[in-house]
Amino acid sequence: MTTAILLARAQFAFTIGFHIVLPAFSIGLASYLAVLEALWLTTGRGVYLDLFNYWLRVFAVVFAMGVVSGVVMAYEFGTNWSVFAEKTGPVIGPLMGYEVLTAFFLEAGFLGVMLFGMKRVGPGLHMFATAVVAFGTLISAFWILSANSWMQTPAGYAISPHGRFIPVDWWAIVFNPSFPYRLVHMVLASYLSVAFLVGAVGAWHLLRDRQSQAARVMFSMAMWMAAIVAPLQVIAGDQQGLNTLRYQPAKVAAMEGDFTTRPGTSLKLFGLPNLAAGRTEDQIAIPHLGALILTHSWDGTVRGLDSFPRRDWPPAPWVFWSFRLMVALGFAMVGLGWWSLWLRFRRRLYATPLLLRAALAMAPAGFIAVLCGWVTTEVGRQPFTVYGLLRTTQSASPIGAPGVAASFAAIAVVYFIVFGVGFRYILRLLRQPPAVGQHGPESGVPVRSAGLTPAPALEPDAAPSAAGE
Amino acid sequence: MAYWLPVAWAGLIAVAVLAYVLLDGFDLGVGILFAVEHHPDDRDVMVNTVAPVWDGNETWLVLGGGGLFAVFPMAYAVIMPAFYPAIIGMLLALVFRGVAFEFRFRARRPLSRAWWDRAFMGGSTVAAFCQGLTLGGLLQGVHAVDGQYAGGWFDWLTGFTLLCGIAVVLGYALLGSTWLIWRTEGRLQHSARRHAHVLGMAVLGLIVIVSLWTPMLNPRFEHRWFGFPGIVLTSPVPILVALAAWGFWRGLAGRRDLAPFLCAEAWFVLCYAGLGISLWPLIVPPGITIWQAAAPPSSQLFLLVGAVVLIPVILIYTGFAYWVFRGKVKVGAHYH
Repeated sequence: MTTAILLARAQFAFTIGFHIVLPAFSIGLASYLAVLEALWLTTGRGVYLDLFNYWLRVFAVVFAMGVVSGVVMAYEFGTNWSVFAEKTGPVIGPLMGYEVLTAFFLEAGFLGVMLFGMKRVGPGLHMFATAVVAFGTLISAFWILSANSWMQTPAGYAISPHGRFIPVDWWAIVFNPSFPYRLVHMVLASYLSVAFLVGAVGAWHLLRDRQSQAARVMFSMAMWMAAIVAPLQVIAGDQQGLNTLRYQPAKVAAMEGDFTTRPGTSLKLFGLPNLAAGRTEDQIAIPHLGALILTHSWDGTVRGLDSFPRRDWPPAPWVFWSFRLMVALGFAMVGLGWWSLWLRFRRRLYATPLLLRAALAMAPAGFIAVLCGWVTTEVGRQPFTVYGLLRTTQSASPIGAPGVAASFAAIAVVYFIVFGVGFRYILRLLRQPPAVGQHGPESGVPVRSAGLTPAPALEPDAAPSAAGE
Repeated sequence: MAYWLPVAWAGLIAVAVLAYVLLDGFDLGVGILFAVEHHPDDRDVMVNTVAPVWDGNETWLVLGGGGLFAVFPMAYAVIMPAFYPAIIGMLLALVFRGVAFEFRFRARRPLSRAWWDRAFMGGSTVAAFCQGLTLGGLLQGVHAVDGQYAGGWFDWLTGFTLLCGIAVVLGYALLGSTWLIWRTEGRLQHSARRHAHVLGMAVLGLIVIVSLWTPMLNPRFEHRWFGFPGIVLTSPVPILVALAAWGFWRGLAGRRDLAPFLCAEAWFVLCYAGLGISLWPLIVPPGITIWQAAAPPSSQLFLLVGAVVLIPVILIYTGFAYWVFRGKVKVGAHYH
């Protein structure tokens, strides 16, 4: 593989790796904000409005970063992958076009009202704007995952004499075989990512002030999500795995580190897949369990990489390890959720420091799992951009290695600065406890003293040394 | 069908790009004007005039890019690599200015806020400049073979493209200053009027130079502008530009709030129309027409149905968002 293509791949992985965390964050957070505002309007409890305002500031930062990194993605298909763009544009392009028309404009149109408009439009219309933004993030997920899934499991197309994909059946294209599974898996992943972050923030503030009402509400809501949604995610993941086995067996072989086809495949807990030697070394494996999971039978046969031509093998070590890390995090989330459920029924949910510390440690768990999941599915699609049909080596732009390297360097520098600073600002916002009775995001002036926290609740910018910096 | 679908789409994408220029033009212009407005209160007001709407404005750029990818994939595949450095530069500049909206209010120390103000100004300026470079480069023409770019790294870099880059920066600054005349008051409005006056003269001069230069780039453009029957279509353009100029200075002199903004926007519409007259029916000069670059009819039709239904809806709720945030923006007003 040429240097230019390797660089273009690395650049795409880098930009989309940074980007994907932000939509996951905004999909989950937008829905959480809608729930908080709805709870405030229906129950009238001020704590929900306090939490809404608290997370709204985080949302504003996350959303801005998501927009700008998303604009980069919209053009990168053309700059670095122009042959891919020219060949698949007729199929993938309209899906992205629909994403812009149905989601981006909707989000952008109502985001301003959601962020700045509470006093201008009143609570009812504001609730509507929040709900529309949340809905917009889900529509966006729908289209972009449809496009991505089509690259994994292409359907409904024909190929022109020039090697271009021609749409034949749009229904089959949009609802291609892996799409429903991927959509469910990703939306649940977004919800879980935000739930674990919210839970960790709640835990952090509970460790400082066990009586904080806002922290209790955050922590409790997050732990309900962990207890209920994390197990659902395990099921959704299993279903997607089975779908992958059916349509992309080579990817599953790489995920499992199976190089040889045989009945009653083992499940490898640890191992070092060696592509050159064609085997997984130093493995610790449980016999028959792989077959049981993937075929639901004791002696089921799972195809190993040996049943595919070597030139169609995905880079197995990446896929193998990212998959394992994702699964481990998934089970850790289930564990934490059920542990919290047990403590909740014993009425010790807020009074068990060990649980709070564990929840704090799990703050980035969801986001890391999202990244691992995407590495698994995207690297596992290699060496193709459109699975089985268009090779990555035949997809890149006619841009030489120096050009790609220069743009990559510029992008890396900018992203580290911008997203590094953004990340710091988010942490700084989250380190402050939610202010009680902080009305509207348009403060900028000291608000009254908070009931339970002794210090005056200030706008973070205006708090010169409150956090000890 | 095979004839009309690409025509309809060329029109739609042209409208999307025009909407982008008219809308993001003024908010990029507000950023560019940070170069001449230094007072912290003024800068906060400037940002607050566009904070609720910039994201929607920029979405038109995504629609332009996405639409090109979907409907004219060949044009997308040729243009992006051809202007590689300019496109990457524009995207990174937009990253900086996009996050600066939030970050400059989150920065706690004056020094870091000053940096994000610089990022806002620099990002806006570089993004505008790169858009001008791309526009100029497209007019010059792109060397493509078999639907892929076949030229070198810096084919686009000429005196003409640099001039277009400067013209777009000053043009957006003009839109920004007239926007501020409309949406602010007092000292800031007064200062915006002064800037608009100078920028108006500079931009009008640049429009004349670029307009005279463009027909020389390509005999086809020359024929279109000065030959019959093209001239029937082209001759009203300069007349209307002059009319808008008259309205612009009258509005400035008469201390009108909205008229200068509308007249400046009219210049952009007219220049854009002129551009369309030059290019038609090419999408990537000198050789690729909209029919050659088009995706199969099934792709175009599928997205067209959505666009016809959704674009009016988008315009309605975008209008609503502007209406919610109407009126003069005051110091310390909504947000942050």
